[in-house]
Amino acid sequence: MAQAESVGGDLQLVHLTKMFATFTAVDDLNLVIPKGSFFALLGPSGCGKTTTLRMVAGLEEPTSGQIMIGEKDISFERPYRRPVNTVFQSYALFPHLDIFENVAFGLRRRKVKEVKSQVEAILSLVELDGFARRMPAQLSGGQQQRVALARALINKPEVLLLDEPLGALDLKLRRQMQIELKRIQVEVGITFVHVTHDQEEAMTMADTIAVMNGGKVEQMGSPTELYENPRTTFVANFLGQSNLISGKVFERSDDLGVELYGNRIRVPRSRTSSNSDSLWVGVRPEKINITLADRPIPAANVIPGVVTDASYIGVSTQYLVKTAWSEELMVFEQNLLNSGARPGDSVNLSWDPAHTFALDANQDVDAGVEVPEADS
Amino acid sequence: MPTATSTRSPSQPVLKTPSQIHRARVWFRSHLILLVGIVVLGYMFLPVFVVVALSFNEPKSRLTYTFDKFTFNNWLHPCQVGDMCTAVGTSLKIGILATIGATLIGTLMAFAIVRHRFRGRAVTNLLVFLPMASPEVVMGSSLLTLFVAAKFPLGFWTILIAHIMFCISFVVVTVKARLAGLDPRLEQAAMDLYADEWQTFRRITLPLVMPGIVSAALLAFSLSFDDFIVTNFNSGSTVTFPMFVWGAAQRGIPPQVNVIGTAMFLFALTLVLISQLLGARRRRRLG
Ligand SMILES: Nc1ncnc2c1ncn2[C@@H]1O[C@H](COP(=O)(O)OP(=O)(O)OP(=O)(O)O)[C@@H](O)[C@H]1O
Ligand SMILES: [Mg+2]
Repeated sequence: MAQAESVGGDLQLVHLTKMFATFTAVDDLNLVIPKGSFFALLGPSGCGKTTTLRMVAGLEEPTSGQIMIGEKDISFERPYRRPVNTVFQSYALFPHLDIFENVAFGLRRRKVKEVKSQVEAILSLVELDGFARRMPAQLSGGQQQRVALARALINKPEVLLLDEPLGALDLKLRRQMQIELKRIQVEVGITFVHVTHDQEEAMTMADTIAVMNGGKVEQMGSPTELYENPRTTFVANFLGQSNLISGKVFERSDDLGVELYGNRIRVPRSRTSSNSDSLWVGVRPEKINITLADRPIPAANVIPGVVTDASYIGVSTQYLVKTAWSEELMVFEQNLLNSGARPGDSVNLSWDPAHTFALDANQDVDAGVEVPEADS
Repeated sequence: MPTATSTRSPSQPVLKTPSQIHRARVWFRSHLILLVGIVVLGYMFLPVFVVVALSFNEPKSRLTYTFDKFTFNNWLHPCQVGDMCTAVGTSLKIGILATIGATLIGTLMAFAIVRHRFRGRAVTNLLVFLPMASPEVVMGSSLLTLFVAAKFPLGFWTILIAHIMFCISFVVVTVKARLAGLDPRLEQAAMDLYADEWQTFRRITLPLVMPGIVSAALLAFSLSFDDFIVTNFNSGSTVTFPMFVWGAAQRGIPPQVNVIGTAMFLFALTLVLISQLLGARRRRRLG
């Protein structure tokens, strides 16, 4: 990770570690979050996202390591002296103050003038005009969440920490708020650190995503890079879905020749994150063509198989195809192409070598496979 | 049920009786809570009504306990009997001072127990219950021994010290319950929004814990104002209102005692009413 050249107000986490008794919640985290960027922390429940944010906000003391904004070390600064505001996962609205006073709280503490006009402006931004004199308990979950957002945003901090700020909203409102949040972020140029479970949310909103697992960053990069070029099985499975097939390298030239249970395929070197000869060869389900066995094969990497399941889901048809070694591969076929494959048919699965990636075989294949949303 | 009636018209009278019983049962069931409520409330308030009624009584002799004649005289001249008003004054003074002292110390203790992890916290938590659990007679007599041994003159100050002592536990328990229910993230949110420690306490913690502190204070006052046993041991020659009533009971209780009782009751009622009205007004403003 580039760490030496820091510019302006970048948020930097340097060897940041947090232990609760003997349990390491955040493990030697190193991140540089450029000023003004939209950064997403994505990871499964309990991986240390909230703990990381709390350390940045000053609500939890790091066990070791540093937090810097620009050149300034804020690791042990009191929370109210940090140019950082938080949208809490649990909202934490003040129950004895009405919405107006909740939102105005930060301005009043800093003795800012023109509180009224600013509060009204931000309330209308989150579409809560007319709610100013209600109490928090009289609002729905989604409305409370928007108040929490307004209450933090109104202070125009250097860094805004958002801990799953859209979790309680319904899909339509969530999409709307995502666009709105992104617009606000671009407009005010504040650094957003956005924590989420929702990979789609992270992909659509963030400039950079860090995928966290067990207190560590598994991989960091742009949404495209993470999706197209995952470097661990966890990322390959957690971000979208992947077919991972065990393979052995038989040739190293401009690209790699890899044998998958007797099927020889090619993998670009740039998409191989291991020097080992045993690899997990990965390909995304939507990159695979499915063709009946007697038809011409459109791409160079080929594996034959038998269709075991086909489900039509509108935009695509999802196939499960069993290979000779009994692994079930997933294929998403756009409903434009229509191979006509049915369960029981013998088919060829083929894909462009450029769409193949390879990971070190020394990892759990099922790491990060999504268990259907247990919590939110 | 038209089908039932048409096919079974001859047996209708037979059907009617069970349905009447059924209706009575439904009526009884739906009004049961009301009935029980009235009985229990009556049970609770009967003594209060007696006190109110007797405050307008003009007894024929000092020793009768019957309602003889209606009069406003007791209300117009409450201080007519002996030193009763002095005793009430002493009780009020002790009550107020004990409330302030116990609420202050007890609230601080509650904060310490809930918010700070110090050595001996668990023990403190337990010991706080001790004065509540030990019998008042024991507490009163042992305090007396203590004061006498220390050659501390008995009177106003010994009563006050004793009252503060036994009120503290109740304050701690009441405030602690409220404080334990307070989400620490609210204070963290305030700190995140530029409130320093003092502002966070003043703007968030205190207002949210206030209902607990107020009820603790009211409880402390009523405990102190009421107390007879502990006071009786440690009062020396000072006479509080409960002691006056006790003394007077030997010679017949003057009806003015009921005036004080009723006045206290009305005062408490007014407080409750005011708080209810304020709450209702706030809700209306918001709604
Ligand atoms: N105060 C604490 N004491 C002990 N363990 C804690 C404490 N706070 C968090 N943890 C543990 O640290 C780990 C990380 O917690 P954290 O709240 O950061 O998870 P998260 O990634 O935000 O999860 P979620 O997505 O469910 O919000 C969890 O295993 C949690 O049990
Ligand atoms: Mg969390």
